[in-house]
Amino acid sequence: METYAVLQCIWWLLLGVLLIGLAVMVGMDMGVGTILRYVGRNDVERRVALNIIGPHWDGNQVWFILGGGAVFAAFPLIYATAFSGFYVVMLLLLWSMIMRPLGFEYRSKLPSTSWRNVWDWALFISGFVPMVVFGAAFGNLFHGVPFHFEWNLTSHYTGSFLALLNPFAILCGLLSLSLSVFMGSTTMMNGGENEIYERARNLARISAIVAIVLFAIGGFWVHGMAGYSIAHGPGAGVPQTPLQQGVSRVDGSWFANFAAHPLLWVVPVLGFAGMLAGGLAANARRSHLAWWLGAVAWLGVIGTAGTALFPFLLPSSSTPDQSLTIWNSSSSELTLAWMVGFAAVFVPLIIWYTSWAFYVMRGKVKADHIVNDEHAY
Amino acid sequence: MHDMNVVDLSRLQFALTALYHFLFVPLTLGMTFMLAAMETVYVITGREIYKRITQFWGKLFLINFALGVATGLTMEFEFGTNWSFYSSFVGDIFGAPLAIEGLMAFFLESTFVGLMTFGWDRLRPGQHLAVTYLVALGSNLSALWILIANSFMQLPEGAHFNPATMRMELTSLSDLIFSHDAQAKFVHTSIAGYVTAAVFVAGVSAWYLLKNRHTDLARRSFRMAVLFGVLATAGVITLGDALGFVGAQAQPTKLAAMEGLWKTEPAPMPFNLIAFPSQKYQTNYGEIQVPYALSLLVTHSLTGNVPGVDELEQDATQRIRDGIPAVSALKTLSANPGDPDALAQFHAHEKDLGYGFLVQRYAPDVTVATDDQIATAARDAIPQVAPVFWSFRLMVALGLAMLAYFVLAVIYTMRNIVERKRWFLVIAVWMIPVPFIACEMGWVVAELGRQPWTVFGVLPTWMSASTHSVGYMIFSLIGFVTLYTIFIIVEMYLMVRAIRRGPDDGHDAHSPHTSQAARLAGYAEG
Repeated sequence: METYAVLQCIWWLLLGVLLIGLAVMVGMDMGVGTILRYVGRNDVERRVALNIIGPHWDGNQVWFILGGGAVFAAFPLIYATAFSGFYVVMLLLLWSMIMRPLGFEYRSKLPSTSWRNVWDWALFISGFVPMVVFGAAFGNLFHGVPFHFEWNLTSHYTGSFLALLNPFAILCGLLSLSLSVFMGSTTMMNGGENEIYERARNLARISAIVAIVLFAIGGFWVHGMAGYSIAHGPGAGVPQTPLQQGVSRVDGSWFANFAAHPLLWVVPVLGFAGMLAGGLAANARRSHLAWWLGAVAWLGVIGTAGTALFPFLLPSSSTPDQSLTIWNSSSSELTLAWMVGFAAVFVPLIIWYTSWAFYVMRGKVKADHIVNDEHAY
Repeated sequence: MHDMNVVDLSRLQFALTALYHFLFVPLTLGMTFMLAAMETVYVITGREIYKRITQFWGKLFLINFALGVATGLTMEFEFGTNWSFYSSFVGDIFGAPLAIEGLMAFFLESTFVGLMTFGWDRLRPGQHLAVTYLVALGSNLSALWILIANSFMQLPEGAHFNPATMRMELTSLSDLIFSHDAQAKFVHTSIAGYVTAAVFVAGVSAWYLLKNRHTDLARRSFRMAVLFGVLATAGVITLGDALGFVGAQAQPTKLAAMEGLWKTEPAPMPFNLIAFPSQKYQTNYGEIQVPYALSLLVTHSLTGNVPGVDELEQDATQRIRDGIPAVSALKTLSANPGDPDALAQFHAHEKDLGYGFLVQRYAPDVTVATDDQIATAARDAIPQVAPVFWSFRLMVALGLAMLAYFVLAVIYTMRNIVERKRWFLVIAVWMIPVPFIACEMGWVVAELGRQPWTVFGVLPTWMSASTHSVGYMIFSLIGFVTLYTIFIIVEMYLMVRAIRRGPDDGHDAHSPHTSQAARLAGYAEG
């Protein structure tokens, strides 16, 4: 019983790690896609921009795939309910993401300018849309999502597509986008030179300020929002379905965890500090430091959302009693235990060889090299 | 309650997107190993030609790989978006291999494919070779975990239904991983990928030989490909037989459909070489049979019995009747998880729970299911015979044709007369689509033959879909068809263009056309 609850919490933390990994690694590539047409004014500059992340985008993207796989394995009810509930949004996300591998691989295969322009826009859409959706999905968790279950846990979503694009969700979407632009810009500074570097530095400063403002507004907004809290239920570490608990909605209760454990305020402070220091570092041309501070900002933002929601993962606005928490939507003890084992072995290994790949491909990407290199994008 | 149109449209969408994805996967599986083999020759001999060979085929590989990666995303999404009941019902088991695939295989493949492409000047030859091998290892491990997940749907081992959580839960990871079906299917499928790559490389090389372009590269590539191909094709056929042997025990309904077997007959049973099955009258027209062969093939003996559709339908009827109390007990347990009577009733009938779900499609309250409804549900337990029957025969016939082709190719290559056999080179070019069709047919046999179940004997397909409106399904179908059509046109265009241009290096001594072609291509580049 005890072990099960511990495993559930470990998976809640690992889910956070994966989401942060996704936001940082995929977010930087998507940021590059979003700003591609701004930092690169001509074809050679755009090719330089693409080749800075060229050797890594494919590996980075696995953070996204693994994030999905981990939710599927560790919280199957969340996976099923969220993916089917957010149907149209998920399809837009998927269709925009599909264009990315093709954009990278196919863009520079033909010399035609219009061909390359089409793929530039495809890369823009596949950078811009997923990051907004990623943030907006988080925003919707705070309001709750209208879904309920039948006796056998068939889930029904009763909301509309447009309801998912409410003002708070859009704010979260823009926050996510600005952090992704920040990561993309600092990446461009790391690997780019001259005009590309200067334009990227400009964007890094702007996006850091925008992110700070949006994060602050979001905090005040959530403070006045009706949060969810569990009134009664089987509790942690007990095999259960979402049909066995009572949930109430109370104004301001998304701050309850911070009130109960003041030390947790460190998490949002990390978010602000990361953005502020990151912006300053970019301004001071310390782009590698700025990149890492951007990662800290992501840690702070996603950590803040997770801490506020805990133990909720997907609250139901139409049937709050059937809200999904880490206790009633996780996998069985055995699956969680095995998966922890696999993660413990492979996550450090992945970090190790990913670092090696970045080390091998370190340094500035030169325009004349790109033009002559037949392997380049 | 599920709208049946939504279930059908979800199936159509899944079939289209999976078959599309599976156009790129086998080639990836095989090409990564062929690239590793070519590069090994380069590193050992140090001869530049093999580096150019590796880089040229690597370029074609990447055009294919990009679309494989892109369309693989769809598969992961679809479980959640379109098959949400399936996802929550078996996610505890099915999600694990998918996540492990990401951790163990996909990261490896994707991280190193970047270094493989961009690292030629940054890595020492030995290091680059290691990177190429890691990509091959990654892509094949990826297939392993996906097929372990798929095999759970074919032969659900290592799991049980937990009434406290109302879903299937893992009881043994090793039973899941070392399921016979998973092992047999992994080797059959991955080696089918090696065959695909071998036919592809041999076919493109043959085209160069016919055009008398890049002949040095083409001759060497052709030789390597056909050696690789003859071994792989022999393997794929042997292992296909093993898979049939394992599958026959796991899914007798699929086997009956594959063989067009309507009635159980005394052993040794004949094999239907050709037949025109009629689902309605449960009989075959125009049968051409090989005596004894079915018993030999399926049971590896002359005395083995293979149950026909008539017997399987009777079994299903009985299991549906036994499954009804399990479903009704579950409904009680959902409202009152502690009810001891319901728990006892459930445990007495749990092994037939899935069959109870089969009749729930016709009788939402299963306790009042009529004999007619039970009979209809039992008929559902048999998959569509004709498409499974013919897909299987097409797959096997194409497999045998490829074996014959590779054997001839090896003989001609060894005797160094292949370039004089122009007709054979033409055949080699025309062989390119063959393994792709065979792979797709294999998918159809495996997945259509499993119907009406998503998880065989446990979860019917009709229950597995999400509760959407038909409008949503049509919207998504149109989106996929539009995008995928554009993508395949673009991909084919780039692939053909890259092949036409060849390795644009201009110093292929045996081919006077090359430098001219490269110059023209240079003009085209502007």
